[in-house]
This record gives sequence, structure tokens and C-alpha cells, in this order.
Amino acid sequence: MIFNRRWNRIGGIILVIALIITLFPFLFTLVNSLKFFKDIITGTLVFTPTWVNYERLFFSKQSAFIDNTLNSFVIAACSTVLVVVIATLAAYSLERFRWSRWFTGVLAGWILLFHMIPGVTVVGPFYLLFRNVGLYDTIPGLILAHLVLNLPLGIWIVQSFLADLPVELEEAAHIDGCSNLGTFLQIVVPLIAPGLAAVAILTFVFSWNEFLFALNLTSTNSATIPVGIAKFAQQYEVRYGEMSAAAFFATIPAIIFLALAQRQIVKGLTLGALK
Amino acid sequence: MSTPSLNFPLRKPGASPKKFSLGEWLDRHFQYWAILPALIVLLALTIFPLLELIGMSVSTVSFAEGKVIWQFSGLDNFRTFLEDEIFLVAVFNTVVFVVCTVLIEIVLGLALALIVSQTTLMTGVARSILMIPILVPAIAIGTMWRLMYNYEFGVFNGLFALLHLPPQNWTGSSTFALPAVMIVDVWHWTAFVFLLMLAGIESLPLEPIEAARVDGASDWQLLRYVVLPLLRPTILVTLMFRTIFAFKVFDEVFLLTSGGPGNATEVISLYINRVFFNQSRMGYGALLAIVTIGITAIFVFGYNRLSKARSVAQ
Repeated sequence: MIFNRRWNRIGGIILVIALIITLFPFLFTLVNSLKFFKDIITGTLVFTPTWVNYERLFFSKQSAFIDNTLNSFVIAACSTVLVVVIATLAAYSLERFRWSRWFTGVLAGWILLFHMIPGVTVVGPFYLLFRNVGLYDTIPGLILAHLVLNLPLGIWIVQSFLADLPVELEEAAHIDGCSNLGTFLQIVVPLIAPGLAAVAILTFVFSWNEFLFALNLTSTNSATIPVGIAKFAQQYEVRYGEMSAAAFFATIPAIIFLALAQRQIVKGLTLGALK
Repeated sequence: MSTPSLNFPLRKPGASPKKFSLGEWLDRHFQYWAILPALIVLLALTIFPLLELIGMSVSTVSFAEGKVIWQFSGLDNFRTFLEDEIFLVAVFNTVVFVVCTVLIEIVLGLALALIVSQTTLMTGVARSILMIPILVPAIAIGTMWRLMYNYEFGVFNGLFALLHLPPQNWTGSSTFALPAVMIVDVWHWTAFVFLLMLAGIESLPLEPIEAARVDGASDWQLLRYVVLPLLRPTILVTLMFRTIFAFKVFDEVFLLTSGGPGNATEVISLYINRVFFNQSRMGYGALLAIVTIGITAIFVFGYNRLSKARSVAQ
């Protein structure tokens, strides 16, 4: 407690206001997603709830939302596995073995720069490249894009977890005759499991949310939920109910992950910014 | 033909392992192959595209019968760039957007973090809820706010009606469109600033604060002369980080206004995306991308310096 005690209560009140402002758009969307069109337009607070918007969103003939959801899920899951494996191996190699400072410096600077530049600057070359090699509008293509977009954060998070792990445990394993790979798999990976969880959750969420690359590297076969929502919003200007339903549905993974693993998420997000 | 090697896992004591073992060789070079996948990915998907960008920027890239045709065009793209007024508008809008949103987010996020760090009331769940906007698809956020800005049933016009003010076409008016987009960004990212500030506040050293308290400092003096100076590195890094990320803004603007009305909310990312994909001017888009990367690189360099200064300070 830094300041005077009376701030405890004032802080509580302000926190409640902040919570209301944060939650209001979600509640507004949820309520509208459960209304018939006429109730949305009149903005009434008294209405009979209905599932019709969700039914239309998922099961109407013109809607591709089920495909979008499946694509989003497959792409997020695969890029998550790849990021966790590749980032963990790379971070371990960088953190625990001897490399020339020149190499690690250039690599670190390059990763940082790539993480910071606007994605739109590389989406053009990605498009040409993917068209060339037949990855355009395919699920593996978008998995690769999401892999490289999330790799920097993954490497940083694992590196910082490794930096907190005493190296003596690994030395002991080596003395007992454990191989490098054995030490890595049996000693290191279990001990940095929370870090891997943070990487996995954040990669899944960011892949699920990603819009720019998904928009430009897919057309119909591998469009994800954000692309589906954007196309929907532009094509059917006034289908407010279904738009609300889709927007609310897309937020569900974030809410689940926050309920399950808030601590890992906070740590991962802070590390990514303050590295 | 060959002797059955039943005893292959056991090496006879004394017998020197002259035979080459792949497993052992791999393990000895674990350092190298562990980093190899990451290097391949980075090489193929970051270095190659950036090199390609340079090639594209001096070319005209066109599509014919599903084939990509490159034509060297020298400085043509650069000449177009010098006369491109829309890019200037996009840069101007982006700068206004970044400066306003980041300042508001820093002030709100810092104030919120200072206050919340002082309260013991319902903090765990509250923090989780405050973080929801950070993890939600920006496209979903854009959709939600588009509905809240709706002319007929939106929240803002509802509020205006209560105050007996005329309803506004928020995202469709050239006066309100940019502020409307900025409000969404502030709502989206204040929580993130809050998170970083809270981490900074919770790791503050307690001794100087207690010393100032013992010396009879008021809350305001404590904040002005002790807490804020101690938080300076955190604030600076957050400022840089948010600036760089606000500079990328795309998703919400795409969904809310798509740059309109006119060019009122045209920002750099939207404009480059339009040049690339709606106008199919891959070459010119590449030149704009290189300019944008240059601007970002300057910021990243500054950010890196600050970041290092911060970790030294700790």
C-alpha cells in the first residue's frame, strides 16, 4: 500500500466503473445476439430471447461460419504446436550453449524488428511467395504465416523462463550421463512447463484473432473466423443479429483462457512488451 | 550375411566406440539442430520476403492468366511516391491517431493501475475481466463497436437522445469518424497499459516510499516526487511499445470505416493494403512498405535502447 488508506475504497469504486466500461460492449453484443431483428432496431430492453441468430449463423445455407470455425481451430492448434516446439528448441540453444555474440545480437535484433514492423509491409511478398509455391488459400499456408508471426514472442517467453531456471540441474543430469536431448526433454521441458503454457495460450489466441494475413492469404477454402465476420459485415450491412452472434462467439476462447490461466497470460504479455 | 547384432545397445568395456553413431553425433551437435528449425522459418518467411520487397519496389508486378509477371521499372514507383498525396494523408492520420490514443491510454492506464494497486477489493477476478479486450479478436471488437455506433439503435445515439442532442452518424461523418475509431482503440488497449504499469508498480522498491511517508510527504508529493520518477523507465518503455503497435493499426479501422468517409480515417496499414490488394500495385505497395519499415526501425532502435536502459536500472 503506497498511499493513504482511503484510496482503498475509492480504488474499489473506480475499479467497478472500469469493469462496467470494459464489459458493456460484450453485454450489448450478447443481448443483441439474442434478439429478433425488430427488437434490435427498437433497442428495447424487454424482449423474448431467441437462438435464431446463432442458428442462422451456423446452419443457414449461405453461411460458411462452420467452415471458418473449423479452419480457425485447425490453424490455431497447428501453429501453436509448431511455435511451442520450434521456439523452445531455439530458445534453449540460444540460452544454454555458446554462440558468438555477433550471431545472437543480429538474431535478436532481427527478431525484434520483424515483431515490430507493421504486418502489412510483408503481407504483399507473402502473397506473391504463397501464390508461387501453391500455399495461397491453403490451411498449411496460413499455419506457416501464423508460425512466423508468433515465433518471436514464443522465443522471448521461453528464454526468460530459462534464464530463471538454475543451470545446476542440467549440469547434474549431464554428470549422471544424460545426453543433451535427454536433459532437454526430461529435465528442462517439465521445469519450464508454465512458460510453454504461456506460449501455447498466447499463440493460440493470437492466431485465432489474426486478421490481416488471414484476409489476404485466403479466399474461400481456408478463411478463418475474423475473415468470415469481416466479409459478413460488409456483405450484409444490416444483419445485426448474426453479426452480434458471430462477434460474441469469437470472444469465447479468450474468456475461457482468461478464466483458466490468467497468471500465465499476464506473465507472457508483460514479458513480450518489457523484454 | 552380417552377424546378428543382439548386443548392440551394450558396448563391451574396453572396446573403443570407433563406429560412427548417428545418435551420438546428433546429440553432440544438439546446439545446432535445435536452432535450425527457427532459422529456416526466419530465413524463408522473414528474410526472403524482405528481400523480395526490395525487388518488388523497383518493379511493376502484374498478374496475367494466373501467372505473376515482373517487369523492371527502375525509379517509377519512387516518382509515384513523391506525388502521392494520399500516403501523406495516411501518415498524418496515423500520427494523429497514435499520439492521441497512446497518450490517453498511458494516462488512463497509469491512473487505473495506481488506484487498483491500492485496493484490496476483488482484485483477482477484476484483473481477469479488465484483460478481456486484449485477447479478443480486433475484428470482433470492431463489430461490437460498429453496432454501438449504429445510427438507429446504437448506444451513443441513445445517450444523445437522453441529452436531447441530435443523433450523429458516428462512423460516417468526416468529423467524428477518426475520434470514433480512436475511442475503440483506447477501449481496446488501455487494459494493456494498465497491466504493464501494474507490474511496474508492484515491483517498486518500498524503502524510498516508506522513507518519504515517514518524512511526512502527502499523497500528491509521494506520487509526484517518488512514485512517478521510479516508474519513469516503465512508462517510457510502455510508451514506445504502444506507439509501435498503435502504428500498425488495421483491423478495427478496416471494419469500422475502411478508411472512409473520403480519406478521413485512412491510416498507413489500410492504405498499403489497398495498394497491394485492391489496386494490385504490388510494386508501389512494396515501396510504401519499405518506407514504413524504415520509420518503424527508427522507433525500434529507440525502444531497444530504452529497454536496455530499463533493465540496467533494475
